[in-house]
Amino acid sequence: MSTTDTDTEYQHPLMAAYWTQLNSGFPSVRAVFEDAMAEALAALTREGLSAYLDAAHFLGRMGRGDEPILAFLEVWPSVARVLGEDALPPVMQAIHAMHRSPNGKAIAPFIQTLAPVARRLHALEPLERYLDIALDLMVRTTGSIHGHHTTFPSPGLPAFFEQAPFLFTQLSMEGVRNWVEYGIRNYRIHPQRQEEYFALKSADSRAVLQRERHGVLFADVERRLDLYLRGLWQDAEQLVPYSTAFDTLRKPIPYYDRLGMRVPDVFDSRDGVKGIDRYRAVLAHMVGHRRWSTPIIADNYSPLQRLGVEFFEDCRIDTLLCREYPGLRDVFLRLHPHPGEADCDPDTTSCLRHRLTMLSRALLDDAHGYANPHILEFARRFREIMAHGASNTREIADLALSFSARTRLQSDQFARVHFDDTVIDYRDDNRHLWQYIEDSDDEDFFDDPDKQQKKESEVQSLPPRHYPEWDYSSQTYRPDWVSLYEHLHPSGNPADIDRLLDKHTALAKRLKRMLDLLKPQDKVRIRYQEEGSELDLDVAVRSLIDFMSGATPDPRINMSHRTSGRNIAVSLLLDLSESLNENVAGADQTVFELSQEAVSLLAWAIEHLGDPFAIGGFHSNTRHDVRYLHIKGYRESWGDTVKARLAAMQAGWSTRMGAALRHAAHYLDGQKADKKLLLVLTDGRPADVDVGDERLLIEDARRAVRELGQQGIFTFCINLDPKADDYVADIFGRQYTVVDNVQRLPEKLPALFMALTK
Amino acid sequence: MTDTEQYKVHREPYYQAQGREVQLYEAAYRNRLPVMVKGPTGCGKSRFVEYMAWKLGKPLVTVACNEDMTASDLVGRYLLESGGTRWLDGPLTTAARIGAICYLDEIVEARQDTTVVIHPLTDHRRTLPLDKKGELIHAHPDFQLVISYNPGYQSLMKDLKQSTKQRFTAFDFDYPAVELETTILAQETGLDATTAGKLVKIGGVARGLKGHGLDEGISTRLLVYAATLIKDGVAPREACYMALVRPITDDADIRETLDHAIDATFV
Repeated sequence: MSTTDTDTEYQHPLMAAYWTQLNSGFPSVRAVFEDAMAEALAALTREGLSAYLDAAHFLGRMGRGDEPILAFLEVWPSVARVLGEDALPPVMQAIHAMHRSPNGKAIAPFIQTLAPVARRLHALEPLERYLDIALDLMVRTTGSIHGHHTTFPSPGLPAFFEQAPFLFTQLSMEGVRNWVEYGIRNYRIHPQRQEEYFALKSADSRAVLQRERHGVLFADVERRLDLYLRGLWQDAEQLVPYSTAFDTLRKPIPYYDRLGMRVPDVFDSRDGVKGIDRYRAVLAHMVGHRRWSTPIIADNYSPLQRLGVEFFEDCRIDTLLCREYPGLRDVFLRLHPHPGEADCDPDTTSCLRHRLTMLSRALLDDAHGYANPHILEFARRFREIMAHGASNTREIADLALSFSARTRLQSDQFARVHFDDTVIDYRDDNRHLWQYIEDSDDEDFFDDPDKQQKKESEVQSLPPRHYPEWDYSSQTYRPDWVSLYEHLHPSGNPADIDRLLDKHTALAKRLKRMLDLLKPQDKVRIRYQEEGSELDLDVAVRSLIDFMSGATPDPRINMSHRTSGRNIAVSLLLDLSESLNENVAGADQTVFELSQEAVSLLAWAIEHLGDPFAIGGFHSNTRHDVRYLHIKGYRESWGDTVKARLAAMQAGWSTRMGAALRHAAHYLDGQKADKKLLLVLTDGRPADVDVGDERLLIEDARRAVRELGQQGIFTFCINLDPKADDYVADIFGRQYTVVDNVQRLPEKLPALFMALTK
Repeated sequence: MTDTEQYKVHREPYYQAQGREVQLYEAAYRNRLPVMVKGPTGCGKSRFVEYMAWKLGKPLVTVACNEDMTASDLVGRYLLESGGTRWLDGPLTTAARIGAICYLDEIVEARQDTTVVIHPLTDHRRTLPLDKKGELIHAHPDFQLVISYNPGYQSLMKDLKQSTKQRFTAFDFDYPAVELETTILAQETGLDATTAGKLVKIGGVARGLKGHGLDEGISTRLLVYAATLIKDGVAPREACYMALVRPITDDADIRETLDHAIDATFV
């Protein structure tokens, strides 16, 4: 292992000097040293070279095996070429920092991914920010588990470095920072989940990534695209996004089938075309196929011929589309690649795609500038055909076949295919163009019958709905954080409820009187009133004329207003958590029984008024299992089925209020009513077993109430917790009442409702 | 005596027939049958009536109906004067006296009890009783009643009573077909046919969105406005934004879609 052994082997004195400077004993380093130096000599200055060797020397002596030094020797020259040699000090500082902390394991992945990251970042300044993010992640996730200080390495850091190149393809620097921040905040004390998060394996990790992606997200423009289809193309189709983030090898292509049009979930602007316009181009092209393409039998063609037919047919469609909307031409031309004529060497590579792309360009673009006689001839023939009208798939296919026959080359069959600049990404995969008579053994056969059967048998219960939760400490939503399952409430004996109602007959009578007095809200003018709020000028003048012409004047010269028509939808949300089972002080009933009575009375009263009214209960057992129990729907009448469910009401578990509010609002939002009221009956603060910070769920509920307000839903809380003043105002603002004397709840609740809707 | 001349239509209004409505109207007029014209806003209902009045050479009395209109606004009322009162004929009475075509525009806007006063004029009686004045007017032989309404309101409150509906013969108007609408724009404003065709295409886009956030598509009237602006030298895109998109919607998504259609059409 001594340096003297190796000195002699390098004949060139300079090389020997470098080897001495590197001073490494790993045989594996020895094996790559010469190649690495050759690249380094080409890429680095003399000072840079010296610094490179010093850095490598340090990495070799760190005691972490040969992995770091090998990776460094290999990647640094190319990194330095992109970022400059000035990047070495900050990178080495970061490595030193990792080396000093227990995170030495992360050094190798850091260096290994440095080259692709550098290519993405392009400059020194973003690299420094990347290092800042990484070191921040390291510092905040290292150590303090169970009070052992800086003994455990950061579980997420190596995973983060491995994902870094991918992250930078999807996110901006800001997006990466937010994504990392989210991971640190939520999984700081949970090593296994943290690692999953940073390795992009957990669901919310992907969800946050999706949220932070750059470009135009499908979800944001869905309605506009619907309108686009409908308005500009008189077509309507279900649009289904597919994810583009996780298939890096084989990017999915837009397509349509009988289930809808599939489009990517995000589009960046490219070549001056905005993301939304790229979506529109994709949709327009698919609509064009639906309008003008007819399927042809695929079995008669070879795959290469089919490719030719597709290119020609796509160009025909694009031409027709541009006739319809000339503005599309500019978009198509910007998105369409313009490969150089000499880019592909037909002696070594299959140039079929290259040739067809050039042709496609020539068919669309008069100023294509190609000189190939075949391309020129077929562009001319194509234009002649198109000059006569819309043509058809058949005719174009014939043209394509003669092009294929004319330009066929032996090399088209080569395995090495020239792909650069040949992907026209606004076009779909043309699966609709082909009709197969016999089952082909092509790999892309789409509808696997086995798969379909499997899918059908899997669906047995309602899938969960996911709701976000508000994290007040970072002022962001945690996307899809809570899983809410909706169940039908089990049934009991409806007679129990009738008995409860009987018990309150006196109260019911009193309520009935109040109900009759309840005034609807729409204003209607009543004319011809002797007494009223305003003078009706027309009638007044008429009366005066009658009076002056000697007739008896009509004294009813005023008008007033009355209101008519009630248009309120109400949803009652019951907290069914464990605390309801406690006895009420000074009574032999539990809070729960009293709630049951109160709800029954309220339901009875609202039924009388005829307002659409729903009842739901909720409780939760961690964020993975929030249950929403359906008791009464808006369309269900207050009959035995509903009473039976109410009779079987049971309490248990905890109170995760935000998700339940959002879910109830989801249904209420679908109601067509002028006023929407969400009543929440609860006996305590929002809490759940998996949440340590008691403010968190309160803030989330408060946020939910605010969201509901923005949707035009008025939320009102009836709280049975005498100590509720601490938090209830925080959540509901002034829209709450605390019922101290729980025994009076049955009469309070309906009265409260009436007061609210008067 | 009322000045009949003021109600006459002196210059020929431009009207492009969409079908046989001109002949049919003439037949209805020969027999003095009351006529109802239905159709979306800005599709040429009022223009049609005006054109027919010109063609038949009859005076035209137009009343724009509204919710606060009372029966006396149509029939007439006493006015106060220093010495006492004076009777003033309403437009309907005037038309019946001078033998004009009385055109009640957007009749559903008037309250239902108001519209009942036209009933005696629209059947075999052809009379109008002025109960306040104690006079029974027999309509002039040339008198005809025409009403228009836009069934697009889709509201229970805004519909005609059956007893009113069943007194009229009716024409159903809609926005003209593409070529016809192009001709109309070109004729009306002197715009070249290509640009006019593009405007009509944009109109079609908005009409396709009706019910998806738009209550009513872009009317022929608005297209004419846009054409007028373009003719005046305004850039086509700006003219379209101004005349076609901004007036009809405040919905950002729809506006964006229509703007895009304009950008894609006017390159």
